[in-house]
Amino acid sequence: MEPKEIAELIKDRYPAEVKDITEFRGQVSVVVKKDRIKEIMKYLHSTPELYFDLLEDLCGVDYLGKKEARFEVVYHLYSMRHRHMIRIKAEVPEDDCAIDSVVDIWVGADWHERECYDMYGIEFKGHPDPRRILMPEDWEGHPLRKDYPLKADLGEMEWKGYREVIEVAQKNKAYEVDR
Amino acid sequence: MTTATKELKTKEITISMGPQHPATHGVLRLVLDLDGESVVKCTPYVGYLHRGVEKLAENRTYLSALPLTDRLDYISSMSNNVGYCVAVERLFGIEPPERAKYIRTIMCEMTRISSHIIGISTHALDIGAMTLFLYSFRDRERLIDLFEMTCGARLTVSYPRIGGVRNDVSQEFLDKLYEFTEEFPKIIEDQYETLIDQNRIWLQRTKGIGVISAEEAINWGLTGPTLRGSGVPYDIRKYAPYDAYDKVEFDVPVGRNGDVYDRYKCRMEELKQSNRIIKQCIEQMPKGPVMAPDAPKFTLPPKDRVLTDMESLIHQFVLITKGPIAAPEGEVYAATEVPKGELGFYIVSDGSGRPYRMRLRAPSFVHVSVLPRLCRDAILADVIANIGTIDIVLGECDR
Repeated sequence: MEPKEIAELIKDRYPAEVKDITEFRGQVSVVVKKDRIKEIMKYLHSTPELYFDLLEDLCGVDYLGKKEARFEVVYHLYSMRHRHMIRIKAEVPEDDCAIDSVVDIWVGADWHERECYDMYGIEFKGHPDPRRILMPEDWEGHPLRKDYPLKADLGEMEWKGYREVIEVAQKNKAYEVDR
Repeated sequence: MTTATKELKTKEITISMGPQHPATHGVLRLVLDLDGESVVKCTPYVGYLHRGVEKLAENRTYLSALPLTDRLDYISSMSNNVGYCVAVERLFGIEPPERAKYIRTIMCEMTRISSHIIGISTHALDIGAMTLFLYSFRDRERLIDLFEMTCGARLTVSYPRIGGVRNDVSQEFLDKLYEFTEEFPKIIEDQYETLIDQNRIWLQRTKGIGVISAEEAINWGLTGPTLRGSGVPYDIRKYAPYDAYDKVEFDVPVGRNGDVYDRYKCRMEELKQSNRIIKQCIEQMPKGPVMAPDAPKFTLPPKDRVLTDMESLIHQFVLITKGPIAAPEGEVYAATEVPKGELGFYIVSDGSGRPYRMRLRAPSFVHVSVLPRLCRDAILADVIANIGTIDIVLGECDR
């Protein structure tokens, strides 16, 4: 099925949920509200003529100051049987930074959602194991947010593991011999 | 001797395997809850190699983000570069010339061979067959030498460019590679397969271990040979061809049982198919430029032109300082079949010269997440076999 048709199907089925349909380079994105995301995903997964059995990718995007809702959770779905794909984008505002987890539908979403939480701080409701994944457990902040500094001198705020490394390095300097 | 009639009391113990462990193929840490020798629970911990590639890419131009992709899956950097270039080309809407497409296809398949022989041989090494490792590194060396011949680097190549490849390949390279493709099938047959294909120990360690059904594998998001071992013929080179894959003939080998042995067999067959693709590419290789005609807007001009030609100098200056100007606003997802599975780049552009967001869908990341499932009801020794079979590189997993 053509991606445009799939988008129309979703719109027919959930007219109140679909906010926008955009196309770029032959790839269609459907922007939806986040409240009934799980229902929409279940529909996409279990309807025989759509049958999106592979969750290719799940990630977050931060549109700080660019869009009304700050975050978007982006799902790339693919159907092995029909060989078509679609991109679903769920808007997540900053003041209600949570969305339903889709682990029940695709088990593979597990780690992607954990990463999305780790990097953007978006909470996934109903996730079986909501921990950080790439960053250390005691890390503060969410690195891929646009207001997270790329590099900064945080002084006392610096992660203590890094402070320790710096301290050791300074201590070792005392032993250096001038040549 | 009397037999023990009393029931033995056992206690669950928790061991930490890795992050520094020769069989984890990098810095992967597994926390294993063991009851005797059987695994009760397996929890992978990743992130030891996290370098923030996605964050770094947001602050670089499209051109200068290319070398970051080398360092993902560092044993198949060429395919990562191609994956990135395909994504950016799709964003800009440019098409590389035919010759460049063929060169890229050759490079990707060379990478596939070198990656698969590492994958198979280290896997074999982990579960007790050492000779294959020595043989395969000898052959990998030949491919790496050919990379060096073309672009000067052996591992972190950064050879493909947005809109083509950096420089043309020499005739000597093609001749040597052709010679390799002539010899390689016989090497596979005589040296690789005879060593382990029917080896009793190998069969006992791999048959019926880590079984995963087709539906479950798709649901987990597995791709590449790890998925094809379960009998799903999903291969992006066939399903959504890029570069010159639609012009060459090759088969997609699939397994039947979805166990460690079938996945190994898929990789072994893919070696032969890759060899076939390279051979066809060399035979069909068209003549012509290796860079798209509008490439000056995207890619650095050759150095000798910069020194003699005003236009090229301006292009270089603008590219270095500003990056490719006015990338169209929009978003693309481009998936390519790298040796490990599906490597996806999701690039969001806000119309500037830098990607607003670059998401990397790394196959290894997904494959590590399936380890607890594969290790269910396994014994400790099978954990090693399962790590080998999903063929992971942690540089790509942690990004």
